[in-house]
Amino acid sequence: MSTTDDTTVPAPPPATPGKPEKPAKPKAVPVTPIVPGATVAGRALIAVVAIMTFLAALTIGSVMAVRSTAGAWRSDVTREVTIQIRAGDKAVTDAQVRAAVDLAQQTPGILEAHVLTETETGRLLEPWLGAGLDYSDLPVPRIVVLRLDPAASPDLARLRRTLTDRIPTAALDDHRTWSRRLGAMAEGVMITGFGLLALVGVATVLSVVFATRAAVATNRTIVEVLHFVGARDGFIAAQFQRHFLKIGMQGGILGGVAAAALFGGLMSLPRFGILADPENPGIITWLDPGWLGFGGIAIAVIIIALVTALTSRITVYRTLRTIA
Amino acid sequence: MPRWNLDVQPGPAGPLAAAEDAFRLIQPLAFPLYGGARRLLRFEEGEGVVRFENVGLRYGMGPEVLKDVTFNIEPNSFQFLTGPSGAGKTTLMRLLFLNMKPTRGLISLFGRDVSSLDPDEVAVIRRRIGIVFQDFRLLDHFTTYENVALPLRVLGKEEASYRAEVTELLHWVGLGDRMHVMPPVLSGGEKQRAAIARALIGRPEFLLADEPTGNVDPTLARRLLRLFVELNRSGTSVLLATHDIALMDQFDARRLVIADGRLYVYD
Repeated sequence: MSTTDDTTVPAPPPATPGKPEKPAKPKAVPVTPIVPGATVAGRALIAVVAIMTFLAALTIGSVMAVRSTAGAWRSDVTREVTIQIRAGDKAVTDAQVRAAVDLAQQTPGILEAHVLTETETGRLLEPWLGAGLDYSDLPVPRIVVLRLDPAASPDLARLRRTLTDRIPTAALDDHRTWSRRLGAMAEGVMITGFGLLALVGVATVLSVVFATRAAVATNRTIVEVLHFVGARDGFIAAQFQRHFLKIGMQGGILGGVAAAALFGGLMSLPRFGILADPENPGIITWLDPGWLGFGGIAIAVIIIALVTALTSRITVYRTLRTIA
Repeated sequence: MPRWNLDVQPGPAGPLAAAEDAFRLIQPLAFPLYGGARRLLRFEEGEGVVRFENVGLRYGMGPEVLKDVTFNIEPNSFQFLTGPSGAGKTTLMRLLFLNMKPTRGLISLFGRDVSSLDPDEVAVIRRRIGIVFQDFRLLDHFTTYENVALPLRVLGKEEASYRAEVTELLHWVGLGDRMHVMPPVLSGGEKQRAAIARALIGRPEFLLADEPTGNVDPTLARRLLRLFVELNRSGTSVLLATHDIALMDQFDARRLVIADGRLYVYD
């Protein structure tokens, strides 16, 4: 050293700990996470993930609810068939009804044969003829509702032949046309629902991917410093992946729980007397996603959290490539 | 601060194994932490720290910013890197800390051709190099202590295992009372010393400092220079990039002068 400066040179630290100029025993300090938690970008990402998860969860729940409702309708329609007996002389018609009930009860696979009372028949006609009418003067056909055993398959073709042989004024309606139409409608709704779900899924993934990339970009300095102090790429990626998995889970759970609570709240409205009329069910009573729907929401939360974590990992590796 | 060179005759397992055996024998003796041989510098026979051979570099299709650069940096050496702005100093520094690859020529660090290193090997080589950036690059959400400890933390060490060492080093660079302060409230000189401490905590074999006195007053600049000289005496090779002619005049060391993309060495 050729300099003659008189500045104080820091003395090398002594070999033995405990000398006066340094603390005898340094206190333990809490370890700050390498990737900072409470940042504006982090909070914004939680909000984006929560909103997109909420929308995806609403779509999943709605699609599952429509699917189960359409299935229930179809099943209700195909679980019953009706015998219609044209009205004639009252005594004759009553005898024909009894004969039809006997025939039905003798057919294996039919659990119950129920003859609609005048009141029940009146209620069916009410939408067309209005309430409070006396139907005794009208030639209103008599209806026998047959409840089928879902486990067995009754021979309806044979029943129809027997009925028309013995009671010429009787007709068996197995609702096949309705069932087909309802099936086609349910399939259409399902295809539309799944298409919508796919679109919402893609939109969710893209939003989360771009928001995550933006959030990682705000931490580029951290990636660079870790890289230059000798951290392996895998170590750096793991730090970010862990942090963004946490963010993804937080946002996902917020959005998923909010959607599940909304469905749960709507389903419980009838319990509080709101939209509780079984004869006039509102759309709310159809919005039961079932366990499949709630399970789908839980899976969506997990997938979105994993997408967030994986995107951060890929973005970190991409950033490392640009640094090097 | 004494530096002991240990001459070891090659044994049956080769010279490196013999040197390691000898080091293990003398290690229990009392050596100051930063004042002596606390570590064995691993150099293969005839191997330097850095070797550049006809290195050229151009950005994209532009002209060459470095032309036929050839030089060596030997173990335990001290050198200044200087030259006018835009001459290629920063580019040369980036090549030295493996931030770039040359367009042509050979760069070897610690005997390894850098062109053949995979990312994990680059990380391992980097742990043998301490870097002091001109803009410090301290992480604002970490305290001074945590910034300095970062190179040890990325090695997976427990905080308790390096606490004493980091505290000691912070006292050594005069930041003992600023340990738990965030970088935004540190002065320029304090940030500089924190950056230097971070570069030193991993006991690097080669220290690269880019304008380490650029943001401090002349008194502190002299003090920092003395710190680098002490570090060099403890066995670390130092390359100090600076524009400050007065600072270079204070210490008689090798000078690497870069001008128009060419390097001139003044031993």
